[in-house]
Amino acid sequence: MLEINAAGLHYRALNERIREAAAKGEKEIRVKGVNGQYYIGAGLRGGAVITLEGTPGNDLAAFMDGPTIIIKANGQDNICNTMNAGKVVIDGNAGDVLGYGMRGGRLHVRGDVGYRVGIHMKGVKKQSPTIVVGGTAGDFFGEYMAGGVMILLGLNSKDGAPLAGDYLGTGMHGGAIYVRGEVDKKYCGAEVGITGLDDEDNAALKEALTEYCKDMNLPLDEIMKKPFKKLYPASLRPYGNLYAY
Amino acid sequence: MNHDYHKDISGCGLTGLISKKKRRVSGREIVKSLCLMTDRGNGLGAGYAAYGIYPEFKDCYALHVMYDDPEVRWSVEDHLKANYKVEKIEEIPTSPVKAIPISPLLMRYFVSPLKDKLAGETAADDFVVNTVMKVNSEIGGAYIFSSGKNMGAFKGVGNPSDIAEFFRIDEYEGWTWTAHTRFPTNTPGWWGGAHPFTLLDWSIVHNGEISSYGINKRYLEMYGYKLTLLTDTEAAAYMLDLLIRRHGLDISTACQALASPFWKAIDGMNEGERDALTALRQTYGSALLNGPFSILFGHGGGLVGINDRIKLRPLVAASKDDVVYMASEESAIRTICPSPDKVWAPRAAEPVIVEFE
Repeated sequence: MLEINAAGLHYRALNERIREAAAKGEKEIRVKGVNGQYYIGAGLRGGAVITLEGTPGNDLAAFMDGPTIIIKANGQDNICNTMNAGKVVIDGNAGDVLGYGMRGGRLHVRGDVGYRVGIHMKGVKKQSPTIVVGGTAGDFFGEYMAGGVMILLGLNSKDGAPLAGDYLGTGMHGGAIYVRGEVDKKYCGAEVGITGLDDEDNAALKEALTEYCKDMNLPLDEIMKKPFKKLYPASLRPYGNLYAY
Repeated sequence: MNHDYHKDISGCGLTGLISKKKRRVSGREIVKSLCLMTDRGNGLGAGYAAYGIYPEFKDCYALHVMYDDPEVRWSVEDHLKANYKVEKIEEIPTSPVKAIPISPLLMRYFVSPLKDKLAGETAADDFVVNTVMKVNSEIGGAYIFSSGKNMGAFKGVGNPSDIAEFFRIDEYEGWTWTAHTRFPTNTPGWWGGAHPFTLLDWSIVHNGEISSYGINKRYLEMYGYKLTLLTDTEAAAYMLDLLIRRHGLDISTACQALASPFWKAIDGMNEGERDALTALRQTYGSALLNGPFSILFGHGGGLVGINDRIKLRPLVAASKDDVVYMASEESAIRTICPSPDKVWAPRAAEPVIVEFE
């Protein structure tokens, strides 16, 4: 295990040290004294597990391709921007625009997330990103979603309280959003359909939540007891006729 | 085509704090908080506003004036002496900073309007606003960039740390602080265009852009405000003065005018609330700030943070004992308050209103 002290380091210096360690084949990296450094783990490849102590800055794990980053605090904005593979686990809350254009890998958040989470998320065949949020989400959850899976659990929410904000799934044209509880159509984008889960959905949900619950040390069975709703794109090409006049 | 150029990817950054017990906090704290966000701003503007810094002149208006040309000073001072009791004239203390080779002449005046000038309906605050508008629009090269009581703005072109060193921010102690690092988008990076923007006790720092600037400007002009600082944020500062001081709206109502609920939300409200908000939107349609923003505004009675209606700019809040913090990034708060009692992300258009105990 390698330990790096990030206190006072600019992100460029910090990332250089992380990349250097990963290139040498270091499997476990612990970074202490993180506060506000942007782009940690950006573009990083390989399979290292990086644990951060402190509050990392924006664009954590942008373009990341393989490693696992564990954050023992809250995350800020733009985490997993265009991430390709790997995993980010956040023990606290996280900010806005998480998983922007994310194309693979996992983002696990224990607490609440902000606005525009999963915007433009995409997936093709086996390449499918997953975002699991333990708490609640702000407006525009899954906006313009094109692929992958988003799961919203609302673990500390009161029964009946909305788990997501307004404009849920607006512009969605691929992928699936699973919400643990009821979803009010009036808060959803026009392109979204709401349904119960079939066997295939349940299998996908269980698979995603098994890993999430392991990371967060949560009881899977209990979480699965409450019924979920699935949000899906009502049309694959909602604007296919927009210019076909 | 060159694919290897380094694009300057940035944005504005802001931070603020307030002691609800009016405990005065060193400027060092807010400087440290702002300077954490080095990936925001590009050195074309930074500034600080502080409240409670002039206890020895707390009943005077503290006018901070920048002069592009030192000669202009005399016409402003003639005007001030003819209309105000001038308690003190001094240069704003500065330190030489290598990165700031040129600066305007920066003066401050502690003044009170002459009693015989306040005849009739004109209150002292209005009189001062008129002076600010007159100087800024009629005396070329002179700008009053701070005009409140027991508060002041310090701003210019430079990085947050350089501007702080230049204005010796660490020598001030205030119970409310706001600070800003600028990444100018649509308007020039000049001394007058740095944040905070102030009028009387109102001070604003802003991340975003106010696309409704033209509408807001024309509306304010009808009430005698003159927008001379070439930057959208100026409109927000004067709008607060208009809505809260002159029209008597309370702060949360003023916030609902600046960042109104959408009509679909208003339609879903109960009758009384729906009527009130419909009336507010109809009356103050021209006060609506459209476009992305997060704003902190300080005033004599507290500090307010507010976002646009769909949260297109970041804002995080935290509290610890008697202090409430608000900033673009949580890390900017944690660098001066490592273990807050509470950290939260304010919802879109939901103001965080902090008042003194």
